[in-house]
Amino acid sequence: MSLKKACAIAGVAESRLGIVSDSTVLTLQAEAFAAALADAGLEKSDVDGLLVSGAWGRLPQLQIAEYLGIQPTYADSTSVGGASFEFHLGHVAAAIQAGLCKVAVILYGSTQRSKRDKYIFQIRSDLGYQYEAPYGLPTPVGAYALAASRHFAEYGTTSEQLADLAVATREWARLNPKAYRREPLTRDEVLKSGLIASPLHRLDCCLFTDGGGAVVVVSPDIAKTLDKPPVWLLGQGESHSHAQISEMPDLTITPAAQSGKRAFAMAGVTHDQVNVAEIYDSFTITVLLTLESLGFCKPGEGGAFLEGGRTGPGGEFPLNTNGGGLSYCHPGQYGVFLIIEAVRQLRGECEVRQVADAVIALISGTGGVLSSNATCILGLE
Amino acid sequence: MSDDKPPIDPDADPYWAGVAAGELRYRRCKSCGAAIFFPRSICPKCGAPDPVWAVSSGTGIVYACTTVHRAPHAFADRVPYTIVLVDLEEGFRMMGGVIANGRGDDDISVGDRVIVTFKDGPEGRPVPYFEPA
Repeated sequence: MSLKKACAIAGVAESRLGIVSDSTVLTLQAEAFAAALADAGLEKSDVDGLLVSGAWGRLPQLQIAEYLGIQPTYADSTSVGGASFEFHLGHVAAAIQAGLCKVAVILYGSTQRSKRDKYIFQIRSDLGYQYEAPYGLPTPVGAYALAASRHFAEYGTTSEQLADLAVATREWARLNPKAYRREPLTRDEVLKSGLIASPLHRLDCCLFTDGGGAVVVVSPDIAKTLDKPPVWLLGQGESHSHAQISEMPDLTITPAAQSGKRAFAMAGVTHDQVNVAEIYDSFTITVLLTLESLGFCKPGEGGAFLEGGRTGPGGEFPLNTNGGGLSYCHPGQYGVFLIIEAVRQLRGECEVRQVADAVIALISGTGGVLSSNATCILGLE
Repeated sequence: MSDDKPPIDPDADPYWAGVAAGELRYRRCKSCGAAIFFPRSICPKCGAPDPVWAVSSGTGIVYACTTVHRAPHAFADRVPYTIVLVDLEEGFRMMGGVIANGRGDDDISVGDRVIVTFKDGPEGRPVPYFEPA
């Protein structure tokens, strides 16, 4: 079975991003929803599928559909952290292939910055979490710091190599008017930004912003009737391996190893055919581990892969071209923005940050504490 | 192992009773022999039910470690402090705190040999910590 070209992405949009004080989690999602449908050239009345994630409501799927005034006949609230939307893309492809819906919207919003939404900071101390809760590991950064410590010890990876990713990603953000942080950044500034949880510094960590995003996914027959070129899903894979960091089988290998293998095989694409990559950067170490797990380099070679700005504008491996979670925006669950940027790159809409002749894009979403991962490969044909 | 109170969390109560008695307890699968932590009612490797309780020597090797400089609110007055993942010699991994030696980021390193000890946690009851073996 394959999901290759089972669906296409027809519209993408963000809401206002950054600090959006005069908003709620509902208004931001409504903004993104309307803008993505307009981008697709479709109407609200066309929507028959809705996929949401987030912990912002009691039953978020029901609350946002009620607010928008839609009654979907296909629903999916798979919620596995920041990667949820890459899971959604595979699920909706299967649903469209099965004829369960024709026009679905993947939707997310958060006001975590301006509203200081408390739900995301609640540390659980029951069930499996009671064996971690007594130690004060800051979540999620402490878990990623543990993974970084292991990679440093096992392979000699350095803070300088991680800093180079933060700098390269900032260089992309400087080309994106929507990015939250656009001032120049140096390796030294990253290293001197203060330790949060060793070996991770403040500037190894993603932003903390508001924002919403929406992706309109349509059946092949509808895709062919629309004005903008369809961006096809060529392959998808997903996996999750644990909920808590102490249960992660190997702190240097993420579930991207499974999801990537399936996505590449489904797409019939090789690594060197990928023109642009959007890889979840909750922390610098997240990207390094994902690149290795996806097979873009060998285990232990991620540090060298990132060194010297190879992933920045004009570099050999264009990565996180919107400025990423590190410098563009990060409203809690960032994965929807990976899809938005990949689609814009393939459509050639990215102006000064456009990667020339991009026809194949890879997206990799990570959620939890390196817990969940889904890989999507998109293409113009 | 018997405990006085009826279990509220049958996976955890015998574990915490062990900690209170100065023992680090884990479970072992009767079917495949896997060491199981955190303790649970089934073997996560082979699926067999009712793994037996066992007591760890408490010695192991540091698998990963981090020193926290920006702490969650409840821990803010303790910074810097170090947290480890330890591979115990019986074949399971767990998280623990580290008895501070005042050196902050140099408290402990990956690969160090450690032994469990027990120290009062934030809720006032003892929890497992580790110190150099």
